[in-house]
Amino acid sequence: MHGFANPARFLRIARWLMPLCLGLGLVVAALALAWGVFFAPAERLQGETVRILYLHVPSAWLGMAGWMGIAGASFTELVWRHPLAAIAARACAVPGAVFTAVCLLTGSLWGRPAWGTWWVWDGRLTSMLVLLFLYFGWMALSQASESSDGSENHAPAIFGLVGAVNVPIIHYSVIWWNSQHQAPSITMGKSAMSGDFLWPLLTATLGFTLIFAGVVLARMRAILANQQAEARLRRKAFSEVEF
Amino acid sequence: MAGSIKAKHQRLVLLAVALVVLIGAALLAAWALRNQASYFYVPSDIVARPPEPDRAVRLGGMVEKGSLKTAADGVTVDFVVQDGKARVPVTFRGIVPSLFVEGSGVVAEGRLGANGTFVADNLLAKHDENYVPREMQDMTKEQAKQVVAETQ
Repeated sequence: MHGFANPARFLRIARWLMPLCLGLGLVVAALALAWGVFFAPAERLQGETVRILYLHVPSAWLGMAGWMGIAGASFTELVWRHPLAAIAARACAVPGAVFTAVCLLTGSLWGRPAWGTWWVWDGRLTSMLVLLFLYFGWMALSQASESSDGSENHAPAIFGLVGAVNVPIIHYSVIWWNSQHQAPSITMGKSAMSGDFLWPLLTATLGFTLIFAGVVLARMRAILANQQAEARLRRKAFSEVEF
Repeated sequence: MAGSIKAKHQRLVLLAVALVVLIGAALLAAWALRNQASYFYVPSDIVARPPEPDRAVRLGGMVEKGSLKTAADGVTVDFVVQDGKARVPVTFRGIVPSLFVEGSGVVAEGRLGANGTFVADNLLAKHDENYVPREMQDMTKEQAKQVVAETQ
């Protein structure tokens, strides 16, 4: 574990892992979407609109996984003070927020034909919207607490952990409360969804998850490079003052 | 080094305790919200505790098979919403969503009339967690069950 916390070692691994994740993810996601849109069957009641599923569900998963990434990194930062933890949390925020937004948008587009409404304030939709706002708040806080003098600020990490409470609420919102949104089709080892829908969905989820991982690695590399450049500039500025 | 390990251990314990408290608080809050956060009442709620007349409520449940009738004017539909324990008759005038069929879920927004009939101003269709391809809908129940069992 500590080996990966070493930025130099991390950069060596990320250099080849990032293009691998991104490339493989793009290919798998594109194939899965083509499968879902052109080859998978229409649904008995919903007809063709069921195809939004292949974008909606992976986005929902990654929106929630992104916050679990922030929370995990925050925990690591607070307990073990890993130098990469805060960077990993910052790298998860933007892709997580983007996927949450995509989930809300595709859900709204799907809700109109399937339910007869763009939006309802039920438990699932509301808690997912709260997740998007949590991302916005977290990004603002993380930006505001960035210090140029290298001092540590753990406010985003604490926010990241507290905000994680919303993730199980999103998941259980359709089980605890009556909701417009359906209950989960896929539960532990069982699927109420025919394999005709399930396999392209799982493939799309794998593809988008690989893309997410690639983006997080790319953002971590960019943040590290930025920090190194800033440190170099600072050293240069000091040496010019002294000599 | 020993000191830093001790500090790490302390932080781990402190954070673990904080997380347990936090999750406990969230569960308590969710428990307190359990009724208020529901999007609709089911028929047994309506029958057990009827809402005051003219109070806007939502009623959700399954459209009872064989209960859906279109009135002579062509735009008024009458049907029964049930949840397996209770049934509430509903009347609605307007265009129904395309997923609105017998045996499927529905959320009706409206008011409970004096005669016990729910007068809906708006209908939302609800689809459940079952996803079945169009080709399978004409199979018999046994055939469909077999196909679904194979995919599980």
